[in-house]
Amino acid sequence: MSKTLGTDTATGRQSQGTLGAGETAVSASPASLRAAARRRGRAKKRLEIAVLSGPAIIMFLTFVIFPVVLAAFYGFYRWKGYGAPTDWVGLDNYKLILTDPAFQEVLQHNFLILVLSLVVQGPLAIGLALLLNQKIRGRSVIRVLIFVPYVVSEVIVGIGWSLMLQTNGALNDLLEHIGLGSMQADWLSDPKLAIWTLMGIISWKYIGFAVILMLAGLQSIPDELFEAAQIDGASYWQIQRRITLPLLGPTIRIWAFLSIIGSLQLFDLVYIIWGPYVSATAGTSSMAIYMVAQGRNAGNFGYGSAIAVVMFLISLFVALVYQRFVLRRDLQGAVTGGAA
Amino acid sequence: MSATTAESWSSSATRPNAPTDRRDKPQKWGSPLTYFVALLFIGVCVAPVLYMVLGGFRTNSQITTDPAALPHPWVLTNYADVLGSRRFWGEFANSVIVALVSTIGIVVLGLMVSFVIARYDFKLKGAMYSLFAAGLMFPMVIAITPLYIVIKNIGLVDNLFGIIVPQIAFGLPTTVIILVPFLRAVPHEIEEAATIDGTSRLGFFFRMMIPLSLPGVVTVGVLAFIGSWNNYVLPLYILNSDANYTLPLGVQAFSSQYSQDTAKVLAFTSLAMLPALVFFSIFEKRIVGGLTGAVKG
Repeated sequence: MSKTLGTDTATGRQSQGTLGAGETAVSASPASLRAAARRRGRAKKRLEIAVLSGPAIIMFLTFVIFPVVLAAFYGFYRWKGYGAPTDWVGLDNYKLILTDPAFQEVLQHNFLILVLSLVVQGPLAIGLALLLNQKIRGRSVIRVLIFVPYVVSEVIVGIGWSLMLQTNGALNDLLEHIGLGSMQADWLSDPKLAIWTLMGIISWKYIGFAVILMLAGLQSIPDELFEAAQIDGASYWQIQRRITLPLLGPTIRIWAFLSIIGSLQLFDLVYIIWGPYVSATAGTSSMAIYMVAQGRNAGNFGYGSAIAVVMFLISLFVALVYQRFVLRRDLQGAVTGGAA
Repeated sequence: MSATTAESWSSSATRPNAPTDRRDKPQKWGSPLTYFVALLFIGVCVAPVLYMVLGGFRTNSQITTDPAALPHPWVLTNYADVLGSRRFWGEFANSVIVALVSTIGIVVLGLMVSFVIARYDFKLKGAMYSLFAAGLMFPMVIAITPLYIVIKNIGLVDNLFGIIVPQIAFGLPTTVIILVPFLRAVPHEIEEAATIDGTSRLGFFFRMMIPLSLPGVVTVGVLAFIGSWNNYVLPLYILNSDANYTLPLGVQAFSSQYSQDTAKVLAFTSLAMLPALVFFSIFEKRIVGGLTGAVKG
């Protein structure tokens, strides 16, 4: 809504040469006026652009992009992290990673978590958001409280849950008290159970964020639509299915993207609760855990860099596929450039 | 936008009663169930956190004999011990320094580059936005091994700046994505008026844009602060000496060092999460608003 408004005003004001209300405005501008405006104070404008955007871009390139490039370079070496790498091994590191059963296992864990997060948290969050979107008392308090797990750091969540989930911890004690003693279990070290425990903790930590996003998305749907549908005699469920869900689409797709990226970089919780070595036997380790254990902790920075590259490529692939096929409509031109 | 919605709302309220009634009906019926589910959900969200905070008020023997129970009697020594320890305050101070400097860096650099993307017209504008948007796909964890090598090469290992600088770089994508729509939304009439009054574009940036986009700036700032406060993987790689530990590292070290003293671990942990929680509760509305702005693009 605000976007179209902005475009209208922008097209009306272009003679000033103050473009920049987005791509839509540019296409609508008379080319001659634009050229004239550009010639005026062009050097000054360039200087301003350079001074204002330079620091951020330099920082970003140095500490976000450059390390990835560097990793691609180190990934071809057997290197302990001291001095210049000399022991060129070609693609051996990558062969080793891709044929290592341990890596295949962590990859499976990551994708299991990824799929489960979407399948479990998505519908649950939408349902809860629909429920909480009604006019009930204390909505603002509710919003703060359900966001609490998201704000608390992974380290603290990990320490808290690992204390509660010990065999003699609070959860088993609670189950005993309420007469469900038969459900007591070794939540953390039973290999059949541990990954589900992890999934539970992840859902607990991130569901609030999903609900808040969905709630915000719901509130941006104009009330007129619901009223019109009601006048036309639509039932509550028809309205949800035909109006709410489609209009919530962009929010759901963005949330799913964030969730996918989050699942691929899973690290803190597992590292805190299980540690790099126990997580392997408990069946909860992730790609990032594998990278830290095999790379830095083992002192093999060449190998660790190669794992970073593999993780990077997997994330890039997943993200691009997602952007190409799902997000295209929402983030037009943001990442896929002119493709959209 | 909120204005138009409100207007249409009030106009519809004056319509005949029939549709309003129909709307109220399911709400009345669903109300108790709604409250029940909402309470259950809140309980699930809050109980574990509450358990940690309350656990700090218990003794170890209370926790061992009856893990899931309220403090009886309430004990203050755990919290008092932690609050009286130099270790906690040292780590607290490190966390505050890192979070504040990172936040300032992210906000200042992010605001500058977002202003360029939102308000200037030039050939590489789209590419610039794409560059930062792509950064969303590469979280710090994935880049941590090569990032550590870079930090080591510039000699910032075991230095708080070794955390601050990368945090600023990695905080920029979210900042740009959130701030650009905010800066775009400032009406062009205002910029025009400023130009007619003889203000340069930079003057406009400082005197008009920053105050007008303050909600977005607050959102970005709070997110940056909380992100820094909770960051674990970067300090894990960069910081070696106890004196430089930030709270997440400190909490972990404390919990493994005093693994027998569960109550004190819980007290330490609870105190460590407090600032982020307080900060968030104060600015909750702003954060949600900012996130929605970003989602709507």
